Amino acid sequence: MSPALLTRAPREAALLAVGEHRSAHELTNADLAARLDTSDEWIRRRTGIRTRRVAAPEESIVAMGVNAGAKALATAGVDPASVDLVILATCTAARPIPGLAPQVAEQLGARGAGAFDVNGGCAGFCYSLAMAADTVRAGSAETVLVVASERLTDWVDADDRSMVVLFGDGAGAAVVGAADVAASRAGTGAVGGPVGIGPVAWGHDGANAPVIEIREQFLQMQGTAVFRWATTSLVPVARRACELAGIEPADLAALVPHQANLRILESMARSLGAPDAVLARDVVDNGNTSAASVPLALARLVGSGEVESGDLALLFGFGAGLTYAGQVVRIP
Amino acid sequence: MTQQDILAGFAEILDEIAGVPAADVTPEKNFQDDLDLDSLTMVEVATAAEDKFEVKIPDDDLKDLKTVQNAVDYVAKAGVAA
Repeated sequence: MSPALLTRAPREAALLAVGEHRSAHELTNADLAARLDTSDEWIRRRTGIRTRRVAAPEESIVAMGVNAGAKALATAGVDPASVDLVILATCTAARPIPGLAPQVAEQLGARGAGAFDVNGGCAGFCYSLAMAADTVRAGSAETVLVVASERLTDWVDADDRSMVVLFGDGAGAAVVGAADVAASRAGTGAVGGPVGIGPVAWGHDGANAPVIEIREQFLQMQGTAVFRWATTSLVPVARRACELAGIEPADLAALVPHQANLRILESMARSLGAPDAVLARDVVDNGNTSAASVPLALARLVGSGEVESGDLALLFGFGAGLTYAGQVVRIP
Repeated sequence: MTQQDILAGFAEILDEIAGVPAADVTPEKNFQDDLDLDSLTMVEVATAAEDKFEVKIPDDDLKDLKTVQNAVDYVAKAGVAA
C-alpha cells in the first residue's frame, strides 16, 4: 500500500460498470417437458421461468467469471492491471480447495490484486459488493472487481422435476471504485440517498440452514419455507437497506432482488411499496443462478435502458445459509 | 369470531390473492382440487390469514389444511387458544 493511501481522507465508493456472461446453451420448458412429467404451463405458473442457461463443460466458473469481469472492466475503462482486489462470489465450485478468485484475477491480468472467494449462497454478490465498497472507502483499494459465477446445474438432479426447472448457470460482475462525490451530488440532486453504494443491511438465519442444502450430492430446497421467509421476514430487511441509504422505498427506480422465482419477486415488490420501481425479471429467461443472479439482472436492466445512470436501485440477495444482504446503489 | 365471520374472511383473502369469487368459497371446497391453488399460493393465503385473524399457521400445519372447512376450524381453534 502506498503512503498516499494511508493518509487519504474518507471517501465514498460507487459502481463504475457491470458485466455479464450468459451461456448460449438454453434449456427451455419445452425441453424439460419432453423428458420429465411437467409442462410449460405448470412451470410458468409456479415459477415464472420460461427458459434457463446451462453452461457447457468449457464454461467453468473461472471462465464465465473472467468473461463477465473483462466486460465490466472494459465498460468502466479500467486497466485490469490496476485492479487492487478481486472478490469471487460462488457457492457451486466442484472443490473447496483451491479457491477460484486467484485464477480469475490471473486470467484477467489483475496480477497485483488480492483475490479471495466468498460463499454467501445466493446473497454472495451483495455481501461481496458491501466488502468491496468498504475496502474502497477505507483506502485499502482504489479499484475492486466483484465477480459472481455459478454452475448450479452441476448440483441439481436432472431427474428432480421440482428442482431442475428452477436453476441455471451464468456469471455477472461489477467494478467498484472511488465515487466522484461532487459530480454525483450535482447530477442527481432531486433524490438524496447514497453517492454510490449505500450501507449494507445484512444478516443470517443459521437455525434454518437445512432449508437449502446439498444433501447426497444434490441441492435440496424446502420451497414453501423459502417462499414464506422471503416474502415476510425479508421485506423489513429490504426496507432497512433503504433507511440506511437515507431514502424511502418509493424513491427507488429499480428493484433487483435475487432472481429466485418470479412469484417471490412480485410478492416482495408488492410488500415493499415501490410502485414506480422497475422490477428485475431476469429469472424468466435465466432461471435462478444463485449469487450470479443479482449482477446478471442488474446488467440486463442497464443494457436494456430500463434504468438510467444515477437512478437508485435496491440490490437484495437471500438464500442458502440462510443468509441475506442488500444495499441501495446508484446505477453506473 | 364466528365460523361465518372466519369463512367470510377467507373469501376476502382468496379473492385478493387468487381471484377466487367469494361465492366459490364454501366449506367443502378443496383448496388444491376445487379452487386450483398451488402450494405457494397457500403460503400467501396462510400469511394473509395470519395477519387478518392474528393467528400462527406454520408450514407443518398448513399442509394438513386441505379444505376451506379445515382452515376455518384451524383459525377458530387457534383464536380460542390465543
